Amino acid sequence: MIPEHMRHELQSRIAAAVTNREAAVDVMKTLQAHYGWLTDEAVIEAAGLLELSPLQVEELATFYEMIYRRPVGRHVIHVCDSISCWAMGGESLLQNIAGLLGIKVGETTPDGQFTLLPCCCLGNCGQAPTLMIGDAIFGAVTVESASELLDKKRRDS
Amino acid sequence: MEQILLRHNKPGRPVTFYEYSSEGGFVALKKALNTMSPDDVQQAVIDSGLRGRGGAGFPTGKKWSFVPRNLPGPRWLICNCDEMEPGTYKDRVLLEANPYSLVEGIVLACYAIGVRHAFIFIRRGYEQAAANLRRAIAEATTAGLLGENILGSGFSCDIDLHISAGRYICGEETALMNALEGKRANPRAKPPFPAVKGLWGGPTVVNNVESLANIPSIIANGPQWFKDTAATPEAAGMKLFCVSGHVASPACVELPLGMKLGEIIEGHCGGMRPGSTFKSCLPGGASTPYFTRDHWDVPMDFDPVAKAGSRLGTGGIVVFDQHTCMVAVTLNLVRFYARESCGWCTPCREGLPYVVHLLELIESGYGSAEHIAILREHVQHLNYSFCALAPGAMGPVDGLLRHFEEEVREHIVKGKCPCRN
Repeated sequence: MIPEHMRHELQSRIAAAVTNREAAVDVMKTLQAHYGWLTDEAVIEAAGLLELSPLQVEELATFYEMIYRRPVGRHVIHVCDSISCWAMGGESLLQNIAGLLGIKVGETTPDGQFTLLPCCCLGNCGQAPTLMIGDAIFGAVTVESASELLDKKRRDS
Repeated sequence: MEQILLRHNKPGRPVTFYEYSSEGGFVALKKALNTMSPDDVQQAVIDSGLRGRGGAGFPTGKKWSFVPRNLPGPRWLICNCDEMEPGTYKDRVLLEANPYSLVEGIVLACYAIGVRHAFIFIRRGYEQAAANLRRAIAEATTAGLLGENILGSGFSCDIDLHISAGRYICGEETALMNALEGKRANPRAKPPFPAVKGLWGGPTVVNNVESLANIPSIIANGPQWFKDTAATPEAAGMKLFCVSGHVASPACVELPLGMKLGEIIEGHCGGMRPGSTFKSCLPGGASTPYFTRDHWDVPMDFDPVAKAGSRLGTGGIVVFDQHTCMVAVTLNLVRFYARESCGWCTPCREGLPYVVHLLELIESGYGSAEHIAILREHVQHLNYSFCALAPGAMGPVDGLLRHFEEEVREHIVKGKCPCRN
């Protein structure tokens, strides 16, 4: 269950939209931020708020790269695997980060801290290779700087 | 050198509302609302020769002119900031430094077309750009430059932000409209074209960030001035070129349209990085056929690039050096498109993974000569897909077969990638 104040916020967001479902992505993002991922419960709650069927929400949720329909770690690390980053060593960076975390790409660390995913171009091609954690973008990443970044995230959480 | 879009920029921080306003910002908006009719604004944009900066290069003013002015119900303007074409980062650079030109450009466009309500569709990952825009919209509204009865002219206009959740196809204009409506972002059939039947069935114009951000300068300084900022008489205006890959100083630079490819790389990106020599580049983002050293002197403008066998696209130039395997580059690019395919139509959903499979075979040394013929066939056949995604995906394959067929054959003959030891 989401808290009452969040429900009110979402209801007013929906009321401000041209049609209810225009607010669907915002609603899914807010619920995802609350639960950590878009749980089955969240899909049903989103459907209730938007006056859609859960299936209609599911159809949207599974479409977007940054909506997670499976459990993820506290920090999701998105490593760009598109062409500019690839040309600058993005492929080996991704493998090295997997090594640092002791998991395979696509997995979550056993302590639930990190999930590692490849992703589509992050639009930071001049500073390749690039990765994103939460809303923060990091450019010209090396194995060393990635390792420091992971340490910092571990300390902060 | 003179700059249009980046001239307000301050080092290391975004320009403020006060700075933008006191350095010639919003002059165009005041001029238009006080002295020009909506038709005058549209005509100025047509006369300027401005072509859409999002990839297709369609003339912006002409696009506006297709909107019927006599249909009942609301009309819409959408600013497309779903910048997800690999190798393209110009809209990020622009908006993280200065959101105000875009806001002013949107109000001018809305005035010209008679739009009350505009949307900016922003991709996930551009949260800083979105925050800047949110601030700019609030400041412009407080200053009476946005919202009800702008500058006492009787014209009213609002701007809403929509922040997406990451999917390349949302940048296709009809898919974008579905996404904005909260539907799964599959493209729609054309016709009807968005200018007639678009967002919620109303007439809709979709323009790229860079196109709209150029409008204030056109209105303030006149169409001829804008046209003359280009490097050749045929081109019009300046362009943001965002260069990445194996150059010494990758950068997003604003240069006159029509500047030669070699000049951009040598003159503005410091040439190749140490130890690298130029082999090839994508001239305009991930979906454009490669250029080689033979194209060094091609003027980087829409028609000359098309004549040379590629597309200016978004102006995202990705440079590859002598050690880069072009089969591997193409494989990376087509894998991207195969993953981003929305799955709506069969040629794209089934065709792209098959092309990936063939390129994987060739790259890993299991290719055969007939694969080249099959790839060539697919360059033709994938043109029959529903939207431009699959034809775009085949752009690099087309370039590979035209310029690097020898390299592809070498993979097949040697039974391994010749670029790897």
